[in-house]
Amino acid sequence: MKKYSYYPGCSSEATASPLGLSVIPVAKELGMDLVELEDWNCCGSSPYGSVDKLQATAIAARNLALAEKTGLELVTPCSNCYVVLGGANDNLKEHPVLKEQVGKALAVAKLSYKGGVRVRHLAEVLYSDITPEVIGSKVTKPLKGLKVAPYYGCQLVRPNGFDDPESPHSLDELVASLGADVVPWQMKVSCCGSSLVMPEQEVALGLINKILRNAQENGAQCLVTPCPLCQINLDAYQSQVNSRFKTKYNLPVLFVTQLIGVALGIKPDDLALSRNIVSPMRVLAPYL
Amino acid sequence: MAEVSFIDEVCSVPGGESIRSCIQCGVCTGSCPTATKWDYPPRQAIAMVRAGLRDELLSSNSMWFCSSCYACTVRCPRDIKPTDIMHALEVLAIKHGLSTKRSRTPVMYQCFVDSAKGNGRVYELGMMIKLFLKTNPFAALKLAPVGLGLFLHGRLPLKPSRIKGVGELKAILNKAKALGGAK
Repeated sequence: MKKYSYYPGCSSEATASPLGLSVIPVAKELGMDLVELEDWNCCGSSPYGSVDKLQATAIAARNLALAEKTGLELVTPCSNCYVVLGGANDNLKEHPVLKEQVGKALAVAKLSYKGGVRVRHLAEVLYSDITPEVIGSKVTKPLKGLKVAPYYGCQLVRPNGFDDPESPHSLDELVASLGADVVPWQMKVSCCGSSLVMPEQEVALGLINKILRNAQENGAQCLVTPCPLCQINLDAYQSQVNSRFKTKYNLPVLFVTQLIGVALGIKPDDLALSRNIVSPMRVLAPYL
Repeated sequence: MAEVSFIDEVCSVPGGESIRSCIQCGVCTGSCPTATKWDYPPRQAIAMVRAGLRDELLSSNSMWFCSSCYACTVRCPRDIKPTDIMHALEVLAIKHGLSTKRSRTPVMYQCFVDSAKGNGRVYELGMMIKLFLKTNPFAALKLAPVGLGLFLHGRLPLKPSRIKGVGELKAILNKAKALGGAK
């Protein structure tokens, strides 16, 4: 059983709680030992880096410093945390002055960071370490006939993701390993508007509409994504899209851990399926 | 001492340094999902940095519409990082007090940062309420069904999550602040 330091990220405790909750039983079933990073803090996310670079790097670096003490790879299920923590890691390597200043800031709390932590996305670990083959071998409820559109979003694959930034395949393979039908579609790496959904809702709703329309037109019964922000936008804002564009989408958007969990025969309650805003129960009924 | 040029200022923010390699091909603008909303789309914004049009650009809404999708960054044929340049422009707009009123994003980012600093973790409900009170309370009414939906599905806790080391984190951030802008 491989051990990882686990960084849930703030949204896994709240707006993306179906992700945070479903990671636990799925990891256990797949033999991943996720040890939650003690007293982790917010990674700073995109907003902090747009307000103050030094502070943004420092807030991310506290997590990296704590993780370095464990000697383990740092795994997060959140695409934004993945980009931000990984980006801070890169910036500290490339900018000596930044590194020195962040070092001084961390020293106030008797912390230090040498730069030795590898930041990984949970989807990457599922794909590269666990592998679709092994996941497939543990499937007890094959999702035969379920048409799934794998939605990668942006930050899983860009700027420095583990898969192709324009035409990725890892999530497709994970979905296929569960026995489901992978829907070919065009918008699997298109932007959902991310946090702009709050300050600039109109812009984000337009982007969400295009993604849902493309998935539906290609016959998807549901979408699956690893990203908290993508899931919230496509799921929680789907009713807003319907009223704004006079559409009638009823497309469940599952976290990848939820879909894997169903195929592994994990109980719906343990996968927090009732927390999805657009209920997935109708399309998942044959497999539960 | 001569005043620092706009382009040097952008280059001094980590991620901004590669801007001089831009050949103005426009792949960034063509790849941007929100470019139609920008006062000056990405290619033009980069040209304005090089032309020294600091105040015009920093008081526009442009960079605040960047969703950090990184489509431009992975496609740029000169390996410059337009996404990072937009973040650098946001940092400079705040530094010079030039942020626009025609985008609510700067206010949201500040609410987010305050929340992250205050508890050590972001309290999403509190942040949303603060954002709408500061910008457009009417929009909050329109969004109430989304918030209610999240709440009823156990996805919007009423209590913030707070880390044990919140004092320690504040000390780190205060020290970083005192050390001044990252060079």
